[in-house]
Amino acid sequence: MARIGVFICHCGSNIAGSVDIARVLEAARKMPQVVYVEDNKYTCSDPGQASIRNAVKAHRLNRVVVAACSPRMHEKTFRKTVEQAGLNPFLLEIANIREQDSWVHSDDKERATEKAIEIVRLAVAKVARNYELYARQISLTKRALVIGGGISGIQAALDIANAGHEVVLVEREPTIGGRMAQLDKTFPTLDCSACILTPKMVELAQHNRVVLFTYAEVQSIKGFVGNFEVEVRQKARKVNHTTCTGCGTCWQKCPEKVPSEFDLGMGQRTAIYIPFPQAVPTKPVIDTEHCRYMKYQRFVASGEEDKKPPQCRVCEKLCPTGSIDWEEQDRVFTEKFGAIIVATGYQTFDASAYGEYGAGMYPDVISGLQLERLMCASGPTGGEVKRPSDGAHPKTVVFVSCVGSRDEAKCRPYCSKVCCMYMAKHAIMLREHDPEVQCYIFYIDIRAGGKAYEEFTRRAQEEYGAIYLRGRISKIYQEGKKLVVLGEDSLIGRPVELSADLVVLATGMEPSSGVVELAQKLNISYDTNQFLVEAHPKLRPVETQSDGIFLAGACVGPRDIPDSVAQGSAAAVKAAALFSQDYITTDPMTAMVDISRCTGCLLCTQVCPFKAISTQALRDGRVVASVNEGLCKGCGLCAAVCRSKAIDLRGFTNQQLFAEVTSLWQ
Amino acid sequence: MQTVETITPLPQSRLSGYVQKHSGQNPLRCYQCGKCNAGCPVAYAMDLGPRQVMRAVQLGLKDHVLSSNTIWVCLQCQVCSARCPMEIDIARVMESLRLLAILEGYPVPEKDIELFHRIFLEVVRRHGRLHELELGAMYNVRSGHLTANAGLLPQLLSRGKLSVLPTTIRDARAVREIFARAEAESRKAPAAES
Amino acid sequence: MKQAESTGTLAGQKAFSYFPGCSLHSTAREYDVSARLSCEALGIELKELEGWACCGASSAHSTNELLAVSLPARDLKRAGEVGLPLVAACAMCFSRLKIASHELQNNDMRKLVQTVIGQEIQKTARVVHLLEVVDSRLDAIPVKKPLTELKVACYYGCLLVRPREKVAIDDAENPQLMDRLVRKLGAEPVAWAFKTECCGAGLPLARPDIVLKLCHRILAQARQAGADCIAVACPECHSNLDTHQEEIRARYGDDARVPVVYFTQLLGLALGLSVQQLHLDKHLTDPVPVLSSKGLA
Repeated sequence: MARIGVFICHCGSNIAGSVDIARVLEAARKMPQVVYVEDNKYTCSDPGQASIRNAVKAHRLNRVVVAACSPRMHEKTFRKTVEQAGLNPFLLEIANIREQDSWVHSDDKERATEKAIEIVRLAVAKVARNYELYARQISLTKRALVIGGGISGIQAALDIANAGHEVVLVEREPTIGGRMAQLDKTFPTLDCSACILTPKMVELAQHNRVVLFTYAEVQSIKGFVGNFEVEVRQKARKVNHTTCTGCGTCWQKCPEKVPSEFDLGMGQRTAIYIPFPQAVPTKPVIDTEHCRYMKYQRFVASGEEDKKPPQCRVCEKLCPTGSIDWEEQDRVFTEKFGAIIVATGYQTFDASAYGEYGAGMYPDVISGLQLERLMCASGPTGGEVKRPSDGAHPKTVVFVSCVGSRDEAKCRPYCSKVCCMYMAKHAIMLREHDPEVQCYIFYIDIRAGGKAYEEFTRRAQEEYGAIYLRGRISKIYQEGKKLVVLGEDSLIGRPVELSADLVVLATGMEPSSGVVELAQKLNISYDTNQFLVEAHPKLRPVETQSDGIFLAGACVGPRDIPDSVAQGSAAAVKAAALFSQDYITTDPMTAMVDISRCTGCLLCTQVCPFKAISTQALRDGRVVASVNEGLCKGCGLCAAVCRSKAIDLRGFTNQQLFAEVTSLWQ
Repeated sequence: MQTVETITPLPQSRLSGYVQKHSGQNPLRCYQCGKCNAGCPVAYAMDLGPRQVMRAVQLGLKDHVLSSNTIWVCLQCQVCSARCPMEIDIARVMESLRLLAILEGYPVPEKDIELFHRIFLEVVRRHGRLHELELGAMYNVRSGHLTANAGLLPQLLSRGKLSVLPTTIRDARAVREIFARAEAESRKAPAAES
Repeated sequence: MKQAESTGTLAGQKAFSYFPGCSLHSTAREYDVSARLSCEALGIELKELEGWACCGASSAHSTNELLAVSLPARDLKRAGEVGLPLVAACAMCFSRLKIASHELQNNDMRKLVQTVIGQEIQKTARVVHLLEVVDSRLDAIPVKKPLTELKVACYYGCLLVRPREKVAIDDAENPQLMDRLVRKLGAEPVAWAFKTECCGAGLPLARPDIVLKLCHRILAQARQAGADCIAVACPECHSNLDTHQEEIRARYGDDARVPVVYFTQLLGLALGLSVQQLHLDKHLTDPVPVLSSKGLA
């Protein structure tokens, strides 16, 4: 027999101001199985909670209803209170008479009071049918997976490792470093990007708690917080990295030249290569598409009789350690992790979508990142800014902002946040390279919110002579050796026509390719722009809706380096906090399957947003649904769609909910 | 050029609403990037560029817009619409403003352009098809530009590029009726008040 | 309202209703003549739409929206009754017909237009441009006399490529349909940036200054790109670019003589038709010298 106590909170005047507490008390007293009622000015206060504990003992209560604010506010508080009084914490119900009543009906006390009584009646009906629930404890693997080896992923991995936990970092390129490694300098301090990044790359590679898999990709992910099972595909490098010393003979002698991805086509690399001199690891991979010997093998396999291409194999002949391994194939292996940090970063928008700018058509229309490579001392031109068409030093340089940003026609409605700053940086650096350079920056708004950022853009104008023109460029075309740029200065309201030697398109950020497939494997959300979605945009910026999976850097949205680093550290703290526990306590309010009623239609597996339902075969051969309590969030979708009513939600059983509803007309 | 005078923004005017209803384009989407002005081949001949027209519509400056020559000089080449990052069909906005200016009897700053359109339609109304010689002759007489393009006449005639006589289609009357009814129906169209 | 026979590919379509438009019966007769002859040679049957009326051009569209839809609507209805797709040669007619068929999808507009034309519209024809029709059978063009060494700047103008949703037959910034055709005919299409810049449209009488300025830019760019001639698919573009070159030279002191021909004339030439048959000798800026120099005339 239930003995229910009802505790009604005034919440100062928040509730008592628009609800007649005395009448609610009176009504509650008459509700079935209620043996005790009381009211408090602030039930959540220490005396208020003590009063509940005392009443439970004094009146031998075995169920408690607290009529107060939203359960989001204090359900945990009162669960603890009843637990201290010796009851199972799930024998408590909260009747929300504040957010759902007094606050929204403050103009009608009479009806607000009636509604409060009804809300309490529901809670009483439900709590009478509550039963004891117990949280389960699951063990966890204290080992983190970081996906993406840019600055954000590097920072996250280092912080977790330094907190004492093992980390595996998976990077799909042959080196870590990401976009930051491609930059020459960073705003607003003009630090050399490589000088501040490469020490971190080396530190990571040498850390005894870090395992680095470059040229590798995550293939599949199973499991849940604390217990992820991840398949990693190590792409074939055709080079044995255990024996290779990174001496460099092979990539110096390889005769096959192809455009360098790292230099964005501004320079060339060989078919066996490291992307840039400070790459980590400093050991090469063979680009099987372009390698002459691989081409030869494909030719032989095709069975054609025409002239055979050369076999080459120069790298193999010259390698002092015999590390070239033509037979090497992709290798897939499985690792266990307790937490995953996604730091897949961004790529720059492909400006060829703007036919009117002629990107990809005119060699001297380049992107901001390409200009970084032209300015970088270790870049393809040795840091000498030479334009791609004829190697001349450009004197008049025009910058076009918002290319692939703030453009709904290109499905990129958002601001990429960093372009205003990097245009100012480029203007300053170009002047430093060559005092005769005149930069014109076509901007729409100068977005320089950040420490010392506004001052930096002022410097570009005041000290480095960059001319800022407000307006978006409409067309660029070639006239002789010059590029004609048609724009407007909207401040003076006149069309502007400029003849430039070099045009730099400030291409925006977009999520790295393949991020959607990865998000689907991880079962985390992405938005319409394919950026990954945080659990809460303000208060949980590095968490996802899936426990144990965290986010860092530009995969969430446009970020600059300081923000990406801060997020890497933040995500690392979340993972470390998880690993500070020896087991994970799961919420007991999960779905359960009555296998005697389950018909095996498995509709529930299709609707479950957390992929928490799998199947199990019974001894009699029937296949029925089975809930993984580690993954189940207790949303109840499965219970709602189950045709045979075989699924019930602990804490929200059909019986409890029906009791609530029917109490209204009893 | 407009003289410098103080403007009073009238965002509550119905101009923006009229434009939205008539053209299906929301002028408030414009964030004044200026790509339309930058690409407009005739911006140099306009007193307000397309960007300024969009701004004036946002601010409800009806007289400012409807008495500008912009809405008449606009070639409807659609470059602005094709390149607008907010996918606003600016050319369509221009068109709706021009029709409003006609409907509300605003004085036309580009008299010759208006006259050309009027004569063009008169000729089509008469014959059901255009007769280019008639259009040119009538335009020269009524605009007072008596010699406009007249130098080309011998060359065009000698090459058989101009028919001396018009072709009138068989049911030209039906076309005349289309003109009459279209004009009558258009007068019923909603106007913007401000 | 049904939009008739939008099924089936253009390539498989043998016969079309033909909408020449007013200009093709006067200033642009060479377009009409070369289109008819080339189509005949390609086995495309053009049946001129009986009793067609003017589309209203930019004048109707500039001053009375309802008229601008109603005039083409009458033609669309007639073509719908014939039951063949309606091919337009003039880019302006094409654009007005295409936009009108788009507007007629709107129930309110259709009712209003039916009141204006005094007839119910049950069926309209699918509207296509001649360039699309030729492109649909590009591989089957029996080139007899390849236009070797002829460098052509393909000029599309505005009305074939904008607006994207309602009209465009190709990309608005760097279209390729005509370039593809020209290449197929053995000529070399030049890469240039003014394929779709406006020529000044219907303003040569009222604002000749604008037309001269815009045409000057286009001609100068074509010449700079090394073009022997400009190919067009619109009588208005042709007239603006071809007839005013003397004045442009006078005003801008710039020797911008570039012959302007219709793509159908180049097509006809490659199909073995003669300069005279194709009226290539009727342009004000004579293309015959440059054609002769390449052994094509």
